[in-house]
Amino acid sequence: MSDTVESGATVVGGLGPGGGSGARQLLLGRLGGFGRQREATVLVVAAALLLYFGLTHTSSFVSETNAADLLSEIMAPIAIIAIGEVLLLICGEIDLSVGFIYTLAPFWTYFAVVDYHVPALLAVIIGLASGVVVGWVNGFITVALGVPSFITTIGTGFVLLGVALVVSHGEPFEIPPISNSVGKYLGVPGNPWQWAPLIWAVLLVAIFHVVLTRTRWGLYTISAGSNLLGAREAGINVGRIKYGNFMITGFMGALVGLQTAFYTNNVDPSAGGYTPMFYAVIAAVIGGTAMLGGSGTILGAFLGAVVLATLQDGFDIIGVNADWLGIIFGGAILVAMIANVQLARLRQAGRTL
Amino acid sequence: MTASDQVPAAPGDAGPSPADVLRAEHISKRYGAVTALRDVTLHLGRGEVLGLIGDNGAGKSTLLKIFCGFQQPDTGRIEVNGEEVTLRSVMHARSLGIDVVYQDLALVNELSVYHNMFLNRELVRWPLLSNRSMRRIAAEHLAEMGVHMPSVSVPVASLSGGQRQAIAVARAVFANAKILLLDEPLAAMGVKEGAMILDLVQDLKRRGDVSIIVIAHNYGQVLEICDRVNLLQHGAITLDKRTPDTSVEELNDIVVAEYRRAMEERQRSA
Repeated sequence: MSDTVESGATVVGGLGPGGGSGARQLLLGRLGGFGRQREATVLVVAAALLLYFGLTHTSSFVSETNAADLLSEIMAPIAIIAIGEVLLLICGEIDLSVGFIYTLAPFWTYFAVVDYHVPALLAVIIGLASGVVVGWVNGFITVALGVPSFITTIGTGFVLLGVALVVSHGEPFEIPPISNSVGKYLGVPGNPWQWAPLIWAVLLVAIFHVVLTRTRWGLYTISAGSNLLGAREAGINVGRIKYGNFMITGFMGALVGLQTAFYTNNVDPSAGGYTPMFYAVIAAVIGGTAMLGGSGTILGAFLGAVVLATLQDGFDIIGVNADWLGIIFGGAILVAMIANVQLARLRQAGRTL
Repeated sequence: MTASDQVPAAPGDAGPSPADVLRAEHISKRYGAVTALRDVTLHLGRGEVLGLIGDNGAGKSTLLKIFCGFQQPDTGRIEVNGEEVTLRSVMHARSLGIDVVYQDLALVNELSVYHNMFLNRELVRWPLLSNRSMRRIAAEHLAEMGVHMPSVSVPVASLSGGQRQAIAVARAVFANAKILLLDEPLAAMGVKEGAMILDLVQDLKRRGDVSIIVIAHNYGQVLEICDRVNLLQHGAITLDKRTPDTSVEELNDIVVAEYRRAMEERQRSA
């Protein structure tokens, strides 16, 4: 034990004289872990895809119509829902029901306008609020009743789909013309309102990027997913964070549902479902969000959404059979996840060396 | 020399004094049929470093959980700064200046050092975090405590076990803890890393305003940093001595003798 005292004296209160470990730590700090590297990677992939389709199919790809299709109709919904999924994945949860919040939300708006003659703006707010309410229910069942969110949201998703089918009798309705005064702000075809969904997506991504990286809410979301017990020990109300993130996700689902309804002029019980939810989760994962919680970025998910939308739109333009998309998407997820896991392993090795 | 020989409260110069920051009297705790603590009486002087040693299952962690407010004793009383208190919760204990530092529970790996230092006490200029101020203050505080970091902006995940432990201790002191409970602060740590924590504890001892209970397995390390040791055996304190008055050999002898006695008893009854 006297050895310990002596060596203790030579490394007075610190890390030892060697600069090596210090430099390594600084380097790791600069790289900011994984997220930032991943953002850069996805940015390169997104740019390469856009460039490829832009150069090889210039006339059809680089047009206003296609830009609106690609960015507002395909990309924006994925990006907006992905905001919620990123927050949930980081704090250790997931919402599989969000696509059905998307399905059902426009029905509340529709019935409010048609059956109850509620002013259009208020009806839209009711539709958005329905998503927040479902988010709260998801939070309640997960946090207060202790059911894993994977199961909770499969359950609530089925219930929501059932409600949508029951209230619609399985038939789509046309959007009442009166509500188009509000609808255009959410996005309708034609200039300039066709850009509204894109603007919403960019705005929300910017806002929630700041929320995640520069506010207490973001810190606590990360803490809840990275070290649940430690966060509780520090006095953080972890339950509140999870409730909140479920509610944010519900809001995003409802917003996308309403946007799609106005854009297509249809309230359709077959809209939404699992597909937009899975696209959003894939966008999050490709963008560097860890499925196991603790880390992720909203900018990365946004770039992931651009990649997915570009692939879908680009293959459509090239004339590749839509059946191939599944293979491409699946491959993209697998490559992203393999890189994710293997790079993390490398980083771990670098740390212990 | 059996355990019972040691029990009589003849603490000598290690006895309680009015300057005690923490005093526990006749603490008992049962979990169903298992008695975790029986009539434990313990005290901690201001600025003192007390080592709490004992084998697994001796009751160390139960005592720790009681002091940090996580569990309540069945019987007995606790005084903090001379006033009797009922430690209702971890938060309540913390508000009285008692804070526990667990080795791996404390920090959020994905967050930076300074965010960890300020966890749940962030400086905010609504709605945004005042990262620059937090970074500066965290760096100052760590430097003041002799914990040197290349940067407080690195994620905690990139640090060594010793550095993390040092940050956890620094955070508790930063949060104004006056009574620190360190749970196995040196477990699974290299010599260099351990030395860093030992230095940190020595440093705190010099400052004099923080009192520390160190829970540990390793008698050598405990004797090195502690002013006094208490040995827990089967839920009771069987030795209370100042560190200069005891040795690793003595502590080992007591524990081994106790083990032998228990074995003989078992054979006799079999």
